[in-house]
Amino acid sequence: MMNAECRVESDGERVVRAARLRSSLITHHSSRITQNLRTMFVNIRAQVLLWAAQRISAAVLALCVVAHLITMIYAVRNGLSAAEILGRTRGNPGWFAFYAAFVLAVSIHAPIGLRSVLAEIFDWRGRGLEWTVFVIGIALAFLGFRAVWAVFL
Amino acid sequence: MRTDFRARNHPAYWAFVVHRASGVLLSLFLPLHFWALSQALQGAARLDALLRWTEQPLVKFGETLLVLLLAAHLTGGLRLLMLEFFAWRDWQKSLLAAAAGVTLVAAMMFLLQVA
Repeated sequence: MMNAECRVESDGERVVRAARLRSSLITHHSSRITQNLRTMFVNIRAQVLLWAAQRISAAVLALCVVAHLITMIYAVRNGLSAAEILGRTRGNPGWFAFYAAFVLAVSIHAPIGLRSVLAEIFDWRGRGLEWTVFVIGIALAFLGFRAVWAVFL
Repeated sequence: MRTDFRARNHPAYWAFVVHRASGVLLSLFLPLHFWALSQALQGAARLDALLRWTEQPLVKFGETLLVLLLAAHLTGGLRLLMLEFFAWRDWQKSLLAAAAGVTLVAAMMFLLQVA
């Protein structure tokens, strides 16, 4: 009994113990690495999504802005009047859909653009920035859709 | 400092500055633009009153500047999309000049119409 308790660890057992210790250390570290990688991938995925949203909204806006510029240059030729503007937009589902798409695209595009500007100029990153640009986006969408509704009604 | 200045004193850098500045200014103008159009909720007369206010020369000048900013941001953005999504071609070097040209034409056309 005494012999069994005090016996010297054999080389084989030492190797096994060292391997177990190493493997538990690796598991511990790898779980932290996995966690960090996961955070990093979430960030990268968010960045890719923002990048894609910025380009898709830009493509939509390109079409909308060309139409907007042509409409503006045409509409101001005799001076603007409420009758002229509302005569074109009131009850017109085509213009409603156009301006709704315009507002949606700009409510995505402007906050993402401002996010880059704020991050780079003020070295501002993190949740505060994300919430700020989110609120800007929601506010723009609210004001924009209210304006679209106002000229459609 | 000198190297920095040289690196930045380049047409593509100025295109970046114009794109960024026009984007920020247009974003600041948007709430005002939406508010103005929302005046129609209080009736056509209210919108007309606001439109009469915009007849002032200084406001027309401001509107022309906004058209210039919008056209600059549009053409600058189209240039970026072409650079990012199309395979590189020599003609893309001329995009900056084309963007500046189209921007000025749009602003001039607007100015001629409101003047």
